[in-house]
Amino acid sequence: MTYLRIAGQFLVIAALFVAVAAFSDWPVYRQISRGSAIVMLSFVHGADRKAECRRLTPEEIQKLPPNMRRVQECPRARRPVYVELDLGGKTVFQANLPPTGIAGDGQSKVYERFVVPVGKHDIAVRMRDTPRTDGFDHERKAVVTLVDDQLFVIDFRAESGEFVFR
Amino acid sequence: MISAARRVLRYGFELIERPFERLFGPALNPLSQLGALGFFFFWVVAVSGIYLFIFFDTGIERAYESVEYISRNHWFHAGVMRSLHRYASDLLVVMVTVHLLRQFAYDQYRGVRWYSWFTGLPIIWLLYGSGITGYWLVWDRLAQYVAITTSELLDRLPIFGEPIARNFISTGTLSSRFFTLMVFMHIAVPLFLLFLMWVHIIRISRPKMNPPRALALMMLLALIGVSMWKPALSQGHVDLAKAPVEVGLDWFYLPLYPLTEVWGRGGVWAFLGAFSLMIGLMPWLPPLRRARPAQVDLNHCNGCARCAEDCPYEAIRMVGRTDDLPYPTQAQVNPALCVSCGICVGACPSSTPFRRSEELKTGIDLPDYDLKTLRERTIEAAAALSGPGRVLIFVCDHGGGRRLDGTVRMPCVAMAPPSLFDFVLSRNLADGIVIAGCAEGACYNRLGVDWTKQRIAGTRDPYLRARVPRERIATIWAPALETSRVAAEIASFTKEIAKHPLQKLRAPQAPSVPAQPGNDRALTEVGS
Repeated sequence: MTYLRIAGQFLVIAALFVAVAAFSDWPVYRQISRGSAIVMLSFVHGADRKAECRRLTPEEIQKLPPNMRRVQECPRARRPVYVELDLGGKTVFQANLPPTGIAGDGQSKVYERFVVPVGKHDIAVRMRDTPRTDGFDHERKAVVTLVDDQLFVIDFRAESGEFVFR
Repeated sequence: MISAARRVLRYGFELIERPFERLFGPALNPLSQLGALGFFFFWVVAVSGIYLFIFFDTGIERAYESVEYISRNHWFHAGVMRSLHRYASDLLVVMVTVHLLRQFAYDQYRGVRWYSWFTGLPIIWLLYGSGITGYWLVWDRLAQYVAITTSELLDRLPIFGEPIARNFISTGTLSSRFFTLMVFMHIAVPLFLLFLMWVHIIRISRPKMNPPRALALMMLLALIGVSMWKPALSQGHVDLAKAPVEVGLDWFYLPLYPLTEVWGRGGVWAFLGAFSLMIGLMPWLPPLRRARPAQVDLNHCNGCARCAEDCPYEAIRMVGRTDDLPYPTQAQVNPALCVSCGICVGACPSSTPFRRSEELKTGIDLPDYDLKTLRERTIEAAAALSGPGRVLIFVCDHGGGRRLDGTVRMPCVAMAPPSLFDFVLSRNLADGIVIAGCAEGACYNRLGVDWTKQRIAGTRDPYLRARVPRERIATIWAPALETSRVAAEIASFTKEIAKHPLQKLRAPQAPSVPAQPGNDRALTEVGS
């Protein structure tokens, strides 16, 4: 009876620990199907301010508290950034990215992922960050060959004002 | 719906607890040691983590290499420690989950128990925080997946200006200092977790923080065994140019991560919010209606502190005397902590049904079910007995005997003072007594089974007098599901008692003489 009990205890504990060891890394999780790659559109960029700085009139300056008097008023709020992404000649993403921050003066951000089959792809990305209503301020096109599981990132460098493909 | 779920779960637990109790014995039954095992696995994680920290390098490249070095070159000590760290962490999740489900199943989370239930919620969050930051540190493909998915989830919250996830999709954006920060998080979060584990049990009297040594040894040996058999290994160096599309997930810590693909990040947050809200509100959905808390009668309280000693919920404390009686202390009940289990009534030396005062009173009593009522119900139930084997049955509200007829029912069998059993047998009210309480490892009021056993065995004050024939008292510890087993064992005991009519008990030589340690073995324990 004692041996049976010990054997039973061993079996119960072994079953628990084997289950724990198994589920600690199995079953394997596959995020995207085989033969696919990921195109990631991700950047942080601040568009122009909504309005230009304006010189205050002497009356307006006079109305301000003495320690806060200034000659110019520069609105903080930014415009949204408009962005479009084409994959294989088809627009897969277009959005007006609002500025972040409570006062709407932060940078606009985008973080979008597209799963595509491996192989050659025409990629085109366009962005508008000024008051213009047609056309684009920044644009880049390329034909890229994507391999299995590749993470292809489309970023934007504000310093050089260009899209970066990597 | 909550009640239905509770009933189904309770049925499930009761179904597996009995075989577990038979296999391991009541003391080593893992299902009644879940909290203690949780603490045990936490300490294994802490010790193995400290050991691993000696070898871990926080450099951006060195993090992965240092973990690989200990797993390959020093597998026999540091590698085993890494596996212990991993598997003990997983087992901690298992213990916490089963513990939570069991407390829910046995309705041990409402009323004054809301505190432990509620403080368990941040423990779950911190436990997952600890595990997730740990996976991050290895900086392998799984770490990359965890880093990206975690930061994408965090980015969904309107807190961060720039998406954190951008740091993990291209090279050159991370510095070694990031790993220093993660190491700090991986130490600070578990430390805070430990603090909350202490807060979690602070209102419980005699919390089980350490499992029995034999059980702890079994678990440790099994942990070492599984660590040698299937060592925890990394899943290849991070490659930020490739998406971590195929990873071996730890399903104990990361089951929600794949759901971000199905529900979206907002959906996962909504689920987590709803889950937390539900868990947080459950003690009041609906609130537990309980009897009024115990009350102290100073005229009968001599400040002996036995009630305070026996209370499973720290609801009674001894304070300075407020009347003129010549005792230094008196009992004081905290109504916010009292569950009205009546264990204090059974512990009070004034609780003796032999008292000849006009109205039976005791030092501490339940206003809705006082000792006088208990004595009346005992006499009433005994009067209905007939035949050669008259067995009087005392049952609790939660055990296997609760559905039987003709019993004397109480919130907990430890409410019956040992003198009540003496009273029944010495007054020839019955030929034998059955005490049917909860299963040994699953006492609804935590300590009722232990205290009853010890009082009858003469190892806990108030003792059952030595003159009471122990062979005429049977205890049956069974879960609510096992009514038929309880009935069968009562029938068997009744048959046995019928063969030996009760002789008149001799007068005790001295009151409250504890039984000799050997004598208590004569107690008939049915079904053990």
